[in-house]
Amino acid sequence: MIELAGLTKRYGEKVAVDHLTFRVRPGIVTGFLGPNGAGKSTTMRMILGLDHPTAGDVRIDGKHYDQLADPLTYIGALLDAKAVHGGRSAYNHLLCLAQSNGIPRSRVGEVLEAVGLTAVARKKAKGFSYGMGQRLGIAGALLGDPRILMFDEPVNGLDPEGIHWIRNLMKSLAAQGRTVFVSSHLMSEMALTADHLVVIGQGRLLADTSMADFIRQNARAYVRIRSPQRERLLDVLHEDGITVVEAGGDALEVDGGKAEQIGELAARHGIALHELSTQQASLEEAFMRLTAESVEYHAQAGPEPESAPRDWGAGWKGV
Amino acid sequence: MSNHQPPMPQAPAAAAPDWQAAPGGQYPGYTSPIPVVRAHLGHALASEWTKIKSVRSTMWTLGVFVLLVLGIGLLAGAVVSNSSSSMDDQSPLQLGFFGLLLGSMCIMTLGVLTTASEYGTGMIRTTMTACPSRSRVLAAKAIVFFVLAFTITLACAAFVAMVQNAMVQDNGARTPTGSEWFKATVGVSLYVALLGLLSLVIGSIIRHSAGAITIMIGLLLAPLVIALFMFAQSLHKLREWLLEYSIPNQMSVFYSNSLSTTGPSGWEPLWIILGVTVAAYAGAFALLRSRDV
Repeated sequence: MIELAGLTKRYGEKVAVDHLTFRVRPGIVTGFLGPNGAGKSTTMRMILGLDHPTAGDVRIDGKHYDQLADPLTYIGALLDAKAVHGGRSAYNHLLCLAQSNGIPRSRVGEVLEAVGLTAVARKKAKGFSYGMGQRLGIAGALLGDPRILMFDEPVNGLDPEGIHWIRNLMKSLAAQGRTVFVSSHLMSEMALTADHLVVIGQGRLLADTSMADFIRQNARAYVRIRSPQRERLLDVLHEDGITVVEAGGDALEVDGGKAEQIGELAARHGIALHELSTQQASLEEAFMRLTAESVEYHAQAGPEPESAPRDWGAGWKGV
Repeated sequence: MSNHQPPMPQAPAAAAPDWQAAPGGQYPGYTSPIPVVRAHLGHALASEWTKIKSVRSTMWTLGVFVLLVLGIGLLAGAVVSNSSSSMDDQSPLQLGFFGLLLGSMCIMTLGVLTTASEYGTGMIRTTMTACPSRSRVLAAKAIVFFVLAFTITLACAAFVAMVQNAMVQDNGARTPTGSEWFKATVGVSLYVALLGLLSLVIGSIIRHSAGAITIMIGLLLAPLVIALFMFAQSLHKLREWLLEYSIPNQMSVFYSNSLSTTGPSGWEPLWIILGVTVAAYAGAFALLRSRDV
């Protein structure tokens, strides 16, 4: 259980984390989502007592991080794969961590085995690929068999097999009753692993909701229609009380799953259809709509492609 | 419904509002079979000992140190003993000075690397997460480094002193007294180890290996070099002061062959470096507490 209360971090004028208040509960995977520079890593550093909050408070099971007598057996964290001295072997890196918390030496071999680094245990960490570094970081997090786990962008640099492995790992850790808090800037990744979702943008809380609710609210289902008799179809749909949105090109979009109704209606009026398909707006799109205003580093937008879905542009202005 | 089940609380996610009522105290969750140990300074010392001996830079700096101290020391002894020059009733211990002066740069480098390299590599975040007590981390590093530096320096200085003493017996050197022996071995080793500890503390303040090493080497050599080029009469006093309090001259006090008759004498250099190191340590500790990692 991690509790944040009005957590704020300012660097001079710049507000990195702005009054964040939420809880990370045990037994589930909580996804921590936000675009680059949203303040995810800063928040995690404050949870671990590395950065001092400008204001507010963060507690782990009611205690500040530096009040934990046995930090590694309480909370394990993967901050970034680079938090390792490259000249030290994987085994010695984990050994010095274990010793600092009085964790039995035998755990080092166990976690190396668990992350699949046994074969390179005696190799220097600087020779590791990014994915191997990530696995070493995860081994460090698992070392104390902690009740709370925090992973900052764990799938970065992992191969598909590694991504599959970390997803299952997080789910199984949560299933054992542990608190699992994982950050990502990829909505699609979170949709596959997280049960609960905390979304931030420019340091502010944008959503704190269960994954199921988020999907229900944001995954817009609609029917996409194309017809050579576009005007007639519009009239017919209108008469039937169906709201139509004109999408890009010659396509029309109708919210809700009414494909059968529309197909039958068109058939009754003898209107030919070139396309009638149920579409699902991606969660990625929903996430981008949610965070559009708070994206810190906008790429210079090129000319908008002709066929861009109409809803896309609306989102940027509307939210 | 045939397989009707009694109403169950939903998945933990859905039962969120009730989580505090769940069995297992106020904060339920996973309980590890690993015995929970209250971490203390002993754990931090074991951890730092593993760290310092598991990187190659330790072997390099200490290896070069041993080579310099033994090599230059034995060479100096051999040159004197093979020449017809007379030691004129001087203490043979002073032959060990130059090797140790050069070697001290290795100890200073290792001191800086002990703290600053963790910032360079990002390891410090892992260290501070494993041990949230920043004072304990700094203390453990300081103790492990100081004991290691002192032991190695003492072993080398004592060995060289004994061999040199035997080599130059025929050159008219006098037999050093017990207190001279003590100063030229234990005394100067404490001084060099403290110089290394000061470097470690500077490394923690600067957080940058190259920068901190440059500062420490500058501190070691600059006052003497600057003083050598101060010819103006008006700067005479400053020049004297720089010469007397330069680290090489302070080190030579342990061999009773100071460049000047005024300035620090006896055990004073040790108290000076001790005072400076304690003050820097206090500063480093205050910064470590207030700064973000």
